[in-house]
Amino acid sequence: MNIQQDYISNIVKKGRRIDGRKLEESRKIIIEKDVINNAEGSAKVKIGDTEVIAGVKMDVGEPFPDTPNEGVLIVNAEFSPLASPEFELGPPGEDAIELARIVDRGIRESKCIDMEKLCIKKGEKVWMVFIDVQPINHDGNLIDASGIAAIAALLNTKMPEYNEKEERVNYEKRKGKLPVREKPIPVTIAQINDKLVIDPGREEEDFMASRITVTTKDDDNICAMQKGGKGGFSIEMLEEAIDLAVKEGKARRKML
Amino acid sequence: MAFKRENNRKMEEMRPVEMKVGVVKEADGSAMVALGSTRAIAAVYGPRELHPKHRQNNERAILQCKYMMAPFSTKERVRPGPSRRSVEISKVTRDALEPALFLEDFPRTTIDVYIIILEANAGTRTVGINAASLALADAGVQMRDLVSSVAVGKIEGQCALDLEGEEEEATACDLPIAYMPRYKKFTLLQMDGNISKKDVKNLIQLGVKGCEILYKKQREALLKKWSAKEAKE
Repeated sequence: MNIQQDYISNIVKKGRRIDGRKLEESRKIIIEKDVINNAEGSAKVKIGDTEVIAGVKMDVGEPFPDTPNEGVLIVNAEFSPLASPEFELGPPGEDAIELARIVDRGIRESKCIDMEKLCIKKGEKVWMVFIDVQPINHDGNLIDASGIAAIAALLNTKMPEYNEKEERVNYEKRKGKLPVREKPIPVTIAQINDKLVIDPGREEEDFMASRITVTTKDDDNICAMQKGGKGGFSIEMLEEAIDLAVKEGKARRKML
Repeated sequence: MAFKRENNRKMEEMRPVEMKVGVVKEADGSAMVALGSTRAIAAVYGPRELHPKHRQNNERAILQCKYMMAPFSTKERVRPGPSRRSVEISKVTRDALEPALFLEDFPRTTIDVYIIILEANAGTRTVGINAASLALADAGVQMRDLVSSVAVGKIEGQCALDLEGEEEEATACDLPIAYMPRYKKFTLLQMDGNISKKDVKNLIQLGVKGCEILYKKQREALLKKWSAKEAKE
């Protein structure tokens, strides 16, 4: 065991964290909306020093054959080496793919976008919603920052106009708002030395045994979960983590 | 009218289970697991030397998992090569197996786990994990416990064990878990859908029951191969 790991795990046992937080305390979350003019919707989210920008772009395309009258949602994350010494150049690695899929599931399963309203012509033309997540600084818990940035960006997305005659999207003209009716919020909790800590920082992530992300909806129902990391959870820990996530999700939702 | 499951299966009943250890002769360990018509083969190679050398870890072995679906495993052909889905499943599979292993005992090596889904009818990741855990044990890799895995859901208000086929459309959520029954630890937990906190907790309990059933079958499958071998010797 190295010294840093020892330190982190001992201090957690005493009910404190390396940055002075309590175990069940998130870092300060700052949400800034509408940060990119050319995007249909965007948001910058800071959780402590972690910083993420999510942008929403829209286009018109073909629906999936099994949902001919629904729009298409695509979530993508790109970990640029700009944001952390740990990131490398190249196509998205498994961490970036996992993150994008966790964010995607939260949005998709909460049914926060009214997909049927994004149908232009059944089976032929629907609106496609692209959410791209770009970490700017990675100081831990990119999942929560990305999930919050994604829903914040969706909430201020203004749809461009579609010119049916010319079959062209006119990005100069923004019409109504994207129909968003839910606010799914992910809360990530790490397990360190048999204790649960909300919103792990980067060093805590390096040495945590495992983590769980629970995404909740406006009615406190759960719409997505994902466990990660090398360790396991006992049933007691799992249930405690779910309770914590519901409570914290409620508090975070008010910030949007 | 209550929801009817295929083959008159009860809500809390598992599909027929089939397990066989040692199905790939060349591998250090291997297993086939089928739950209903969902069928997976897993093979383990290692601990063996890891190349390129710069990826070696001086303190522990690394565990590499590759989950893939055979192109003919579904109604619509699966495009060969990694997809975002298979990359994620490979990762959560690794996270599900790693808690059971003593990787620190094999520095600088790799343990490679390959999973191929031959036929898919829901629950491929869980069937793959069951097979991989058996294959690791078959390879003689020391383990804290076997890992058992099953998906649970909620269909028309009722908790349902081991979702299959079209049930994935009817369920209010899909919640796959992996569990070490003797160690009582969850090593995989994913969920998508829309249910209350209370339901989640009930479903997890049902999943544990399912894993305990599978755990027994896994032990039987291992004993079948290894006790027969002992008898011969």
